[in-house]
Amino acid sequence: MKQWIAFWSIVRKDMQAYYLKPPNISWGLIFPVAWTGMFFIKSGSGLESILTLLPGVIAISILFGTTSMLAVTVTFEKNNRSFERLLLAPISLELLMLAKTGGAILFGVVNAFVPIIFALFLTDLSQVVWITVLPAIVLIAISSTFLGLLIAVSVNEVFEAQTFSNFFRFPMIFLCGLFFPITSIPTLLRPLSYLFPLTYGVDILHGAIHGKNIMSLPLNFAIIAGFCIILFYVSIRNIHRKWIL
Amino acid sequence: MVAQISKTMPTHENNPLIEVSELTKRFDDVIAVDGIGFTVGKGELFGFLGPNGAGKTTTINILTGLARPDSGAIRISGLDISRNPKAAQHLIGIVPDESNLYPELTGFDNLCFCASLYGVQKSEGIVRAKELLEQFDLKEAAHRKFAGYSKGMKRKLTIAAGIIHHPEILFLDEPTTGIDVASARQIRHLIAELQRAGTTVFLTTHYIEEAERLCERIAFLVKGQIVRVDSVANLLQPIQERKAMLISFLNGGSDLCDKLAVTFPDYEFQTISFEQVRVESADIINIGPLIRFIEEQGTQVTEARRLKPSLEEVFVRITGIELNSVGREKEKAKGS
Repeated sequence: MKQWIAFWSIVRKDMQAYYLKPPNISWGLIFPVAWTGMFFIKSGSGLESILTLLPGVIAISILFGTTSMLAVTVTFEKNNRSFERLLLAPISLELLMLAKTGGAILFGVVNAFVPIIFALFLTDLSQVVWITVLPAIVLIAISSTFLGLLIAVSVNEVFEAQTFSNFFRFPMIFLCGLFFPITSIPTLLRPLSYLFPLTYGVDILHGAIHGKNIMSLPLNFAIIAGFCIILFYVSIRNIHRKWIL
Repeated sequence: MVAQISKTMPTHENNPLIEVSELTKRFDDVIAVDGIGFTVGKGELFGFLGPNGAGKTTTINILTGLARPDSGAIRISGLDISRNPKAAQHLIGIVPDESNLYPELTGFDNLCFCASLYGVQKSEGIVRAKELLEQFDLKEAAHRKFAGYSKGMKRKLTIAAGIIHHPEILFLDEPTTGIDVASARQIRHLIAELQRAGTTVFLTTHYIEEAERLCERIAFLVKGQIVRVDSVANLLQPIQERKAMLISFLNGGSDLCDKLAVTFPDYEFQTISFEQVRVESADIINIGPLIRFIEEQGTQVTEARRLKPSLEEVFVRITGIELNSVGREKEKAKGS
């Protein structure tokens, strides 16, 4: 019970101190809107293309929203030593890191709904299988956050975390099937697509939003969940190894 | 009188709350902590004194679970913290050498947050935060952001955060370094109050006067090794039996040392500075003939005062290190 008081308090504090600040809220709104507009204009097609663009825009909104935040909530706090306060609290490291990532996951989920709300006004979403979309959004948010966590605990400075994040994020836009199927990626590059959890999350969204998934949905769910577990435990191991000397 | 008795005869050793033996920690080729061992009794104010880089912070980090020892055993309230640090962390409060609260939160919110980290219920945390803000004279700044606090206020709030959950043991790492005299005095007073209220305090400092004034027992740490652990009274005893005076001159006079040593063979003379000479003797120092002799040499004496035996002298005698000069360097570095 005491550990859960600490857990919720960390989530609340991060939301209050970082996520609910005007720059983050505006970033969370403007970024997905900009991506939606950009791909819609570029596609040159009518409003019917929104359904095919929506999975990619949802995924990119989550990816950028979550990974950017971890550099602040973890790397920045590590540098100003306030993270030590958390490491010294009688709360297990696993629960502590779940609390630190909880806010980012929630932020990612909220970001995902910005393009969905816009799409609601522009097209008919009646055929969308929401019962599949919702867990997919949550899993993409979790896997992207844990990828951000892995990056945040692998570097020492905030700028390094942001640079390193871009090293992953921008290739992921093109390799994970966000706006064109991975079958159209050159054969040589295609194996890389399968190394990113986002590929599986986006495939679920494509299936649930316009019925064009490549792999089976249960397999996608299993793989992305596996990625979440691996990324989290590698991050925890790195914290043990690098921060508790 | 009670304080005097407790200083000469520590009563806590039979009831140790912290037990450390053969503790070693290495960073690559550097041995930061080299096989140290000590105990701290329940309710004791234990000082850990040493120059910068002696291994004080590393020891605190190991004792609190922020670093892992390479070897050795640590028991806190009977719990093995080297194997399971989380088990004992609810008993511990920590005030690090740098104020590390959240700059974007107010003083009040910082305290409530720190309380919740130890599982304190929200309503209880609010009451305790208000109580501490009042006690630490920070009530008026309660709703200001921590980033806007002065150094002294930051330090006080960091100490308040360290005790918000009523810990049995409080680790204080250099609590008065880099802050103004008034705040430092207030912090020392608060530390003494905490100990009177029953909290076991583990204090690291390079301010020897601070340790002497507050602590019951002191460990001298040099290059990762404890060179001496004893009560303040026992540490002072050998030098208390000797008498010492400091003679100051107008426009120099330290060159008189050799002549003084020849004329007064029962006394020992040491040049302190261009204008100061220290006189030491096993018996009472007869100041009249000394001053007359000096003035006959054409040097005017401006002051002659008896020196009280201090722990700094003991430290210098044991370790050969001028501790406060190291402290001043550290402060300069922090200030810049």
